[in-house]
Amino acid sequence: MLHSSVTVQPPGRRARGLSLTRTRPRYGEALIKGLLVLCATISILTTVGIVVALAGPTVEFFQEVGPGSFFAGTDWAPLFSSPRFGVLPIVTATLVVTAVALLVAVPLGLGAAIYLNEYARPRTRKVIKPILELLAGIPTVVYGFFALTFVTPLLQKIWLGNDPPGIYNGLAAGLVMGIMILPIIASLSDEAIAAVPHSLRAGALALGSSRMQVAVRVVVPAALSGIVAAFVLGMSRAIGETMIVAMAAGSLPNFTLDPTQPMQTMTAFIAAVGLGDQPEGTIGYKTLFAVGSTLFVATFIMNVISIRLVRRFREVYE
Amino acid sequence: MSDASPATSTQLPPSSRSARFKDKAFRSILFGSIVIAIVTLIALLVDIYLTGQPRLNADLFQRFASSLPERAGARAAIAGTLWVMGVTAVLCIPVGVAAAIYLEEFADKERWYNRLLELNIQNLAAVPSIVYGILGLAFIVRGFLGLGRSVLAGGLTLALLVLPIVVIASREALRSVPSSIRQAALALGATPWQAISRQVVPIAVPGIATGSILALSRAIGEAAPLLLVSGLTFITFTPTGVNSEFTVLPLQIFNWTSRPQEEFKVVAAAATVVLLGILLLMNSFAIWLRNRYQTRW
Repeated sequence: MLHSSVTVQPPGRRARGLSLTRTRPRYGEALIKGLLVLCATISILTTVGIVVALAGPTVEFFQEVGPGSFFAGTDWAPLFSSPRFGVLPIVTATLVVTAVALLVAVPLGLGAAIYLNEYARPRTRKVIKPILELLAGIPTVVYGFFALTFVTPLLQKIWLGNDPPGIYNGLAAGLVMGIMILPIIASLSDEAIAAVPHSLRAGALALGSSRMQVAVRVVVPAALSGIVAAFVLGMSRAIGETMIVAMAAGSLPNFTLDPTQPMQTMTAFIAAVGLGDQPEGTIGYKTLFAVGSTLFVATFIMNVISIRLVRRFREVYE
Repeated sequence: MSDASPATSTQLPPSSRSARFKDKAFRSILFGSIVIAIVTLIALLVDIYLTGQPRLNADLFQRFASSLPERAGARAAIAGTLWVMGVTAVLCIPVGVAAAIYLEEFADKERWYNRLLELNIQNLAAVPSIVYGILGLAFIVRGFLGLGRSVLAGGLTLALLVLPIVVIASREALRSVPSSIRQAALALGATPWQAISRQVVPIAVPGIATGSILALSRAIGEAAPLLLVSGLTFITFTPTGVNSEFTVLPLQIFNWTSRPQEEFKVVAAAATVVLLGILLLMNSFAIWLRNRYQTRW
């Protein structure tokens, strides 16, 4: 960090009248620094913009539709001529798809992180890590296309029960979303596990543990806060994801816990309303903001928790 | 006490056969998770290529969208993607690098407002992309800026979306420059800005460029914010300026996939191959750039 405002006072300064401080103020420097600060505050403006954009119409929405009937109702039909505003169908849809995604991503991601840290040779690790990062770089539209055109027909073909999933179902969307968030969970868990001091592992090995016992009973508990942070961040990402669910899970609200059914998540609803070009000021338009606020608040809380946990594990071991 | 890595440390094998079996099984299960991930990735790439292969020809690049799948092409979408990327890059790279320079070089990290700034950027990086679309719809398309459904509005929305990525990546690049460089410059009488602009930033440029390219490749693949900003209007022209309406490849793919006719899925797959190809080019360029110009200290 550059500090050039330090004043050095040589002994006997008063007697000689010398000063080592700047004799002229540097206006150019101050101007440049001001420009840089301006650019940095654009991020604050973005956050303020998001909050203001969401808050106004949301407040108006809740003045017309009571919070009670919004958060506790199970009938979601806000754009119909006789609208109903019970938000639970799209909230449960979001949670169901997220749960499926986490069921896929957490075991696979954590397993990959443990393997890369405890078992893999450095060269293997160098090859596998970029491949996992590749999964993170694929656009979500592509994942949505894959879920709709490959995963759903595959599920229908191998389904063992009576009632195979339809064209739109939450299961395919959840499975593919799990693959999408796998790199997030894997890389954050990997970082947490790598930060565990080797002395802990060495001690356990010296006492006669197998590698599995070291991994499961020593390393993972030591890295737990980072792993939980990965879990929370992955969950936040899954909740906020739009394209996969819009393409593969459907656009009909459906209050169910069964992932093989079609369902519309909060994000898919926002996308549908945004595409439908509701006129400004109508209750339909404001519904978009109400659901958007719910989404923003939920992911914001999860992000703050995750950032706190990451900071905690980084501090402990560094 | 030397720290040997776990993979090379000598270790007494577990004594009982069942313990050894459990250890091997555990290791296979862990390796299996990586295998599942890689197999899925390959399945995705192969399936999309095979599905789209019939339509991967010059028609895709020359024809515009149409209600008939045989006549549909992605020309408007590809042009729109390039235009929007240009606007996004021009907007987010200078601002992002400037913010990173402030945070890394000038900001006193003990002050509350600077810590708030850092926390804010970390939060923005994790906000769902569709919320940026809401922001764009409320303030950029309608409302305060009132730019309508234009390339400029789309580019600005995406610029806000990827700005945190540029800032974080640029900060990493600036942080990797040793402080001895800064101190030497200051000792020779440079002003802080001279030290940064003439010594630190030039060294950090490869890292900054790599981060910017990665941020842009994230922006190229984003459809959710543009769903709200641009919608799925039937675009049959390439953008005429920053104020014209537009569509981008991800939106076109989404549009085609939502149509009932099977042939549209083939065109959508072909367009996806083009999108993935562009991303592959950009990321390879970023990696090449980093390997070629990165100075090792």
